[in-house]
Amino acid sequence: MLVGAALAATASAATDDEERYRALIAELRCLVCQNQSIAESNAPLAEDLRMQVQNQIAAGRSDEEIIEFLTARYGDFVRYRPAFKGRTLLLWLGPFAVLVLGIGVVLLFIRRSHRGAAPIAPDPSQLARALKDEERLP
Amino acid sequence: MKPRFWVPAVALAGLIVLFAIGLTRDPSKIPSPLIDQPAPAFDLPVLSGGRLVSESLKGQPVLVNFWASWCTPCLQEHPLLMELARSGVKIVGLNYKDEPQVAQQWLDRHGNPFALIAQDRDGRVGLDWGVYGVPETFVLDAGGLIRHKHIGPLTRQAWQDEVSVLLK
Repeated sequence: MLVGAALAATASAATDDEERYRALIAELRCLVCQNQSIAESNAPLAEDLRMQVQNQIAAGRSDEEIIEFLTARYGDFVRYRPAFKGRTLLLWLGPFAVLVLGIGVVLLFIRRSHRGAAPIAPDPSQLARALKDEERLP
Repeated sequence: MKPRFWVPAVALAGLIVLFAIGLTRDPSKIPSPLIDQPAPAFDLPVLSGGRLVSESLKGQPVLVNFWASWCTPCLQEHPLLMELARSGVKIVGLNYKDEPQVAQQWLDRHGNPFALIAQDRDGRVGLDWGVYGVPETFVLDAGGLIRHKHIGPLTRQAWQDEVSVLLK
Protein backbone atom coordinates (compact mmCIF):
# COMPACT_ATOMS: atom_id res chain seq x y z
CA MET A 1 0.00 0.00 0.00
CA LEU A 2 2.80 2.39 1.00
CA VAL A 3 4.87 1.26 -1.98
CA GLY A 4 1.88 1.98 -4.20
CA ALA A 5 1.52 5.45 -2.73
CA ALA A 6 5.25 6.07 -3.13
CA LEU A 7 5.13 4.92 -6.75
CA ALA A 8 2.11 7.13 -7.40
CA ALA A 9 3.91 10.05 -5.81
CA THR A 10 6.98 9.50 -7.98
CA ALA A 11 4.79 9.15 -11.05
CA SER A 12 2.96 12.41 -10.36
CA ALA A 13 6.24 14.18 -9.60
CA ALA A 14 7.49 12.98 -12.98
CA THR A 15 4.41 14.33 -14.75
CA ASP A 16 4.75 17.62 -12.84
CA ASP A 17 8.30 17.85 -14.13
CA GLU A 18 7.10 17.03 -17.61
CA GLU A 19 4.46 19.75 -17.42
CA ARG A 20 7.01 22.28 -16.17
CA TYR A 21 9.36 21.20 -18.96
CA ARG A 22 6.67 21.59 -21.62
CA ALA A 23 5.63 24.98 -20.28
CA LEU A 24 9.20 26.26 -20.04
CA ILE A 25 10.33 25.21 -23.50
CA ALA A 26 7.29 26.95 -24.98
CA GLU A 27 8.35 30.16 -23.23
CA LEU A 28 11.95 30.18 -24.47
CA ARG A 29 13.01 31.41 -27.87
CA CYS A 30 15.18 29.51 -30.29
CA LEU A 31 17.97 31.97 -31.02
CA VAL A 32 18.75 30.39 -34.38
CA CYS A 33 15.19 30.28 -35.75
CA GLN A 34 14.21 33.33 -33.84
CA ASN A 35 10.48 33.27 -34.46
CA GLN A 36 10.12 29.82 -32.89
CA SER A 37 10.25 28.58 -29.35
CA ILE A 38 12.79 25.91 -28.45
CA ALA A 39 9.83 23.54 -28.25
CA GLU A 40 9.15 24.03 -31.96
CA SER A 41 12.63 24.47 -33.39
CA ASN A 42 14.77 21.71 -34.93
CA ALA A 43 18.01 23.66 -34.59
CA PRO A 44 20.84 21.91 -32.72
CA LEU A 45 21.07 24.82 -30.29
CA ALA A 46 17.36 24.40 -29.49
CA GLU A 47 18.06 20.77 -28.66
CA ASP A 48 20.93 21.84 -26.39
CA LEU A 49 18.71 24.35 -24.63
CA ARG A 50 15.90 21.82 -24.20
CA MET A 51 18.41 19.48 -22.59
CA GLN A 52 19.60 22.26 -20.29
CA VAL A 53 16.01 22.88 -19.19
CA GLN A 54 15.42 19.18 -18.61
CA ASN A 55 18.65 18.76 -16.62
CA GLN A 56 17.99 21.81 -14.50
CA ILE A 57 14.44 20.72 -13.68
CA ALA A 58 15.85 17.36 -12.65
CA ALA A 59 18.45 19.15 -10.53
CA GLY A 60 15.66 20.90 -8.66
CA ARG A 61 15.96 24.41 -10.05
CA SER A 62 12.84 26.58 -10.11
CA ASP A 63 11.29 27.97 -13.32
CA GLU A 64 12.54 31.45 -12.43
CA GLU A 65 16.06 30.16 -11.84
CA ILE A 66 16.12 28.39 -15.19
CA ILE A 67 14.87 31.44 -17.07
CA GLU A 68 17.36 33.60 -15.18
CA PHE A 69 20.15 31.17 -16.12
CA LEU A 70 19.35 31.63 -19.83
CA THR A 71 18.70 35.38 -19.77
CA ALA A 72 22.05 35.87 -18.02
CA ARG A 73 23.71 34.24 -21.02
CA TYR A 74 21.52 35.23 -23.96
CA GLY A 75 19.70 38.33 -22.75
CA ASP A 76 16.00 39.07 -22.48
CA PHE A 77 15.45 38.10 -26.10
CA VAL A 78 15.60 34.42 -25.13
CA ARG A 79 12.22 34.88 -23.48
CA TYR A 80 9.65 34.21 -26.18
CA ARG A 81 7.27 36.69 -24.65
CA PRO A 82 9.05 39.86 -23.57
CA ALA A 83 9.23 40.34 -19.83
CA PHE A 84 6.82 42.92 -18.47
CA LYS A 85 9.17 45.33 -16.74
CA GLY A 86 10.44 48.90 -16.91
CA ARG A 87 12.41 48.56 -20.13
CA THR A 88 9.68 46.74 -22.04
CA LEU A 89 6.79 48.88 -20.78
CA LEU A 90 6.92 50.95 -23.96
CA LEU A 91 6.84 47.78 -26.06
CA TRP A 92 3.77 46.39 -24.31
CA LEU A 93 1.79 49.61 -23.78
CA GLY A 94 2.99 51.56 -26.80
CA PRO A 95 0.33 50.37 -29.27
CA PHE A 96 -2.48 51.12 -26.80
CA ALA A 97 -1.00 54.52 -26.03
CA VAL A 98 -0.83 55.36 -29.74
CA LEU A 99 -4.43 54.17 -30.21
CA VAL A 100 -5.69 56.33 -27.36
CA LEU A 101 -3.68 59.27 -28.67
CA GLY A 102 -5.10 58.77 -32.15
CA ILE A 103 -8.70 58.61 -30.89
CA GLY A 104 -8.07 61.73 -28.80
CA VAL A 105 -6.77 63.63 -31.83
CA VAL A 106 -9.75 62.55 -33.96
CA LEU A 107 -12.21 63.63 -31.25
CA LEU A 108 -10.42 66.96 -30.93
CA PHE A 109 -10.71 67.62 -34.65
CA ILE A 110 -14.40 66.66 -34.71
CA ARG A 111 -15.19 69.02 -31.83
CA ARG A 112 -13.20 71.87 -33.39
CA SER A 113 -14.93 71.54 -36.76
CA HIS A 114 -18.40 71.60 -35.12
CA ARG A 115 -17.60 74.73 -33.10
CA GLY A 116 -16.27 76.67 -36.08
CA ALA A 117 -19.14 75.72 -38.45
CA ALA A 118 -21.26 78.66 -39.71
CA PRO A 119 -25.08 78.43 -39.44
CA ILE A 120 -26.57 77.27 -42.71
CA ALA A 121 -29.80 79.29 -42.46
CA PRO A 122 -29.78 81.95 -45.23
CA ASP A 123 -30.77 85.60 -45.04
CA PRO A 124 -34.69 85.66 -45.44
CA SER A 125 -34.73 88.59 -47.97
CA GLN A 126 -32.09 86.87 -50.14
CA LEU A 127 -34.14 83.69 -50.01
CA ALA A 128 -37.32 85.55 -51.13
CA ARG A 129 -35.43 87.19 -54.05
CA ALA A 130 -33.96 83.86 -55.09
CA LEU A 131 -37.37 82.21 -55.06
CA LYS A 132 -38.86 85.05 -57.16
CA ASP A 133 -36.03 84.65 -59.72
CA GLU A 134 -36.76 80.97 -59.91
CA GLU A 135 -40.48 81.60 -60.62
CA ARG A 136 -39.61 83.80 -63.61
CA LEU A 137 -37.59 81.06 -65.32
CA PRO A 138 -39.47 79.10 -68.03
CA MET B 1 -0.70 76.63 -42.24
CA LYS B 2 -3.03 76.33 -39.30
CA PRO B 3 -1.45 74.82 -36.16
CA ARG B 4 -3.64 71.72 -36.33
CA PHE B 5 -1.98 70.60 -39.59
CA TRP B 6 1.42 70.59 -37.91
CA VAL B 7 0.55 67.94 -35.34
CA PRO B 8 0.06 64.93 -37.64
CA ALA B 9 2.82 66.17 -39.96
CA VAL B 10 5.35 66.34 -37.14
CA ALA B 11 4.17 63.02 -35.74
CA LEU B 12 4.55 61.40 -39.16
CA ALA B 13 8.01 62.90 -39.59
CA GLY B 14 8.99 61.55 -36.19
CA LEU B 15 7.75 58.08 -37.09
CA ILE B 16 9.61 58.15 -40.42
CA VAL B 17 12.86 58.99 -38.64
CA LEU B 18 12.26 56.20 -36.13
CA PHE B 19 11.56 53.64 -38.84
CA ALA B 20 14.52 54.79 -40.94
CA ILE B 21 16.85 54.21 -38.01
CA GLY B 22 15.21 50.88 -37.29
CA LEU B 23 15.70 49.66 -40.85
CA THR B 24 19.47 50.07 -40.56
CA ARG B 25 19.57 47.68 -37.60
CA ASP B 26 19.63 43.90 -37.80
CA PRO B 27 17.19 42.41 -35.30
CA SER B 28 18.65 38.93 -35.73
CA LYS B 29 21.89 40.10 -34.09
CA ILE B 30 21.19 39.57 -30.44
CA PRO B 31 23.04 41.95 -28.10
CA SER B 32 25.08 40.17 -25.48
CA PRO B 33 24.27 40.62 -21.80
CA LEU B 34 27.91 39.81 -21.06
CA ILE B 35 29.37 43.12 -22.22
CA ASP B 36 31.57 44.58 -19.48
CA GLN B 37 31.13 41.37 -17.48
CA PRO B 38 33.93 38.95 -16.60
CA ALA B 39 34.32 36.31 -19.28
CA PRO B 40 32.52 33.11 -18.17
CA ALA B 41 35.04 30.70 -16.70
CA PHE B 42 36.09 27.59 -18.55
CA ASP B 43 38.63 24.79 -18.29
CA LEU B 44 39.01 22.98 -21.59
CA PRO B 45 41.42 20.62 -23.35
CA VAL B 46 43.73 22.20 -25.89
CA LEU B 47 44.04 20.80 -29.40
CA SER B 48 47.83 20.60 -29.19
CA GLY B 49 47.74 19.07 -25.72
CA GLY B 50 47.25 20.28 -22.19
CA ARG B 51 44.44 22.42 -20.89
CA LEU B 52 43.38 26.05 -21.06
CA VAL B 53 41.85 27.81 -18.09
CA SER B 54 40.05 31.08 -18.84
CA GLU B 55 41.88 32.80 -15.96
CA SER B 56 45.16 32.49 -17.85
CA LEU B 57 43.79 34.73 -20.63
CA LYS B 58 44.14 37.75 -18.35
CA GLY B 59 47.10 40.06 -18.63
CA GLN B 60 46.63 41.30 -22.17
CA PRO B 61 43.73 42.08 -24.51
CA VAL B 62 42.76 39.02 -26.53
CA LEU B 63 40.24 37.94 -29.14
CA VAL B 64 38.30 34.78 -28.40
CA ASN B 65 36.99 33.34 -31.65
CA PHE B 66 34.34 30.60 -31.65
CA TRP B 67 34.79 28.57 -34.84
CA ALA B 68 34.30 25.09 -36.30
CA SER B 69 35.53 23.09 -39.28
CA TRP B 70 31.90 22.64 -40.37
CA CYS B 71 31.28 26.38 -40.34
CA THR B 72 31.32 27.88 -43.84
CA PRO B 73 31.20 31.57 -42.81
CA CYS B 74 34.31 30.90 -40.69
CA LEU B 75 36.24 30.61 -43.96
CA GLN B 76 35.14 34.13 -44.86
CA GLU B 77 36.85 35.71 -41.89
CA HIS B 78 39.81 33.35 -41.92
CA PRO B 79 42.14 35.43 -44.15
CA LEU B 80 41.54 38.47 -41.93
CA LEU B 81 42.26 36.43 -38.80
CA MET B 82 45.51 35.16 -40.36
CA GLU B 83 46.49 38.74 -41.15
CA LEU B 84 45.68 39.96 -37.64
CA ALA B 85 47.58 37.07 -36.08
CA ARG B 86 50.62 37.86 -38.23
CA SER B 87 50.47 41.48 -37.09
CA GLY B 88 50.60 40.42 -33.46
CA VAL B 89 46.97 40.21 -32.36
CA LYS B 90 46.45 37.35 -29.91
CA ILE B 91 43.55 35.19 -31.03
CA VAL B 92 42.39 32.24 -28.96
CA GLY B 93 40.32 29.74 -30.88
CA LEU B 94 37.30 28.10 -29.22
CA ASN B 95 36.62 25.09 -31.39
CA TYR B 96 32.86 24.65 -31.04
CA LYS B 97 31.14 21.24 -31.31
CA ASP B 98 33.84 19.82 -33.51
CA GLU B 99 36.02 16.72 -33.84
CA PRO B 100 39.64 17.39 -32.85
CA GLN B 101 41.09 15.52 -35.84
CA VAL B 102 38.78 17.28 -38.31
CA ALA B 103 39.55 20.63 -36.70
CA GLN B 104 43.28 19.95 -36.99
CA GLN B 105 42.89 18.98 -40.64
CA TRP B 106 41.01 22.21 -41.30
CA LEU B 107 43.81 24.23 -39.74
CA ASP B 108 46.48 22.31 -41.63
CA ARG B 109 44.64 23.00 -44.84
CA HIS B 110 43.72 26.67 -44.37
CA GLY B 111 46.28 27.94 -41.90
CA ASN B 112 46.22 28.49 -38.14
CA PRO B 113 45.70 32.04 -36.82
CA PHE B 114 45.21 30.92 -33.23
CA ALA B 115 47.69 31.23 -30.38
CA LEU B 116 45.82 28.33 -28.76
CA ILE B 117 42.80 26.24 -29.62
CA ALA B 118 40.50 25.10 -26.81
CA GLN B 119 37.98 22.39 -27.59
CA ASP B 120 34.37 22.97 -26.60
CA ARG B 121 33.15 19.59 -27.79
CA ASP B 122 29.64 19.65 -26.37
CA GLY B 123 29.07 23.38 -26.74
CA ARG B 124 28.59 23.93 -23.03
CA VAL B 125 31.15 26.72 -22.90
CA GLY B 126 29.48 28.30 -25.93
CA LEU B 127 26.20 28.22 -24.05
CA ASP B 128 27.81 30.00 -21.08
CA TRP B 129 29.13 32.66 -23.44
CA GLY B 130 25.76 33.12 -25.15
CA VAL B 131 26.97 31.74 -28.47
CA TYR B 132 24.12 30.97 -30.84
CA GLY B 133 26.05 30.49 -34.07
CA VAL B 134 29.56 30.40 -35.44
CA PRO B 135 31.64 32.39 -35.99
CA GLU B 136 31.40 34.73 -33.06
CA THR B 137 34.32 36.80 -31.78
CA PHE B 138 34.64 38.22 -28.29
CA VAL B 139 37.04 40.98 -27.33
CA LEU B 140 38.50 40.59 -23.84
CA ASP B 141 40.49 43.26 -22.09
CA ALA B 142 43.57 42.61 -19.97
CA GLY B 143 41.40 42.23 -16.89
CA GLY B 144 39.37 39.43 -18.46
CA LEU B 145 36.22 41.48 -19.06
CA ILE B 146 34.26 41.05 -22.27
CA ARG B 147 34.25 44.45 -23.94
CA HIS B 148 32.65 43.56 -27.30
CA LYS B 149 31.00 40.72 -29.16
CA HIS B 150 31.02 40.44 -32.94
CA ILE B 151 28.41 38.16 -34.43
CA GLY B 152 29.17 36.51 -37.78
CA PRO B 153 32.41 36.66 -39.75
CA LEU B 154 34.73 39.43 -38.65
CA THR B 155 34.95 42.09 -41.32
CA ARG B 156 37.72 44.59 -41.93
CA GLN B 157 35.20 47.35 -41.24
CA ALA B 158 34.24 45.85 -37.89
CA TRP B 159 37.92 45.34 -37.03
CA GLN B 160 38.74 48.96 -37.83
CA ASP B 161 35.67 50.60 -36.28
CA GLU B 162 34.88 48.42 -33.29
CA VAL B 163 37.55 45.92 -32.38
CA SER B 164 40.98 47.45 -32.95
CA VAL B 165 40.13 50.44 -30.77
CA LEU B 166 39.53 48.14 -27.82
CA LEU B 167 42.86 46.39 -28.16
CA LYS B 168 44.96 49.55 -27.76
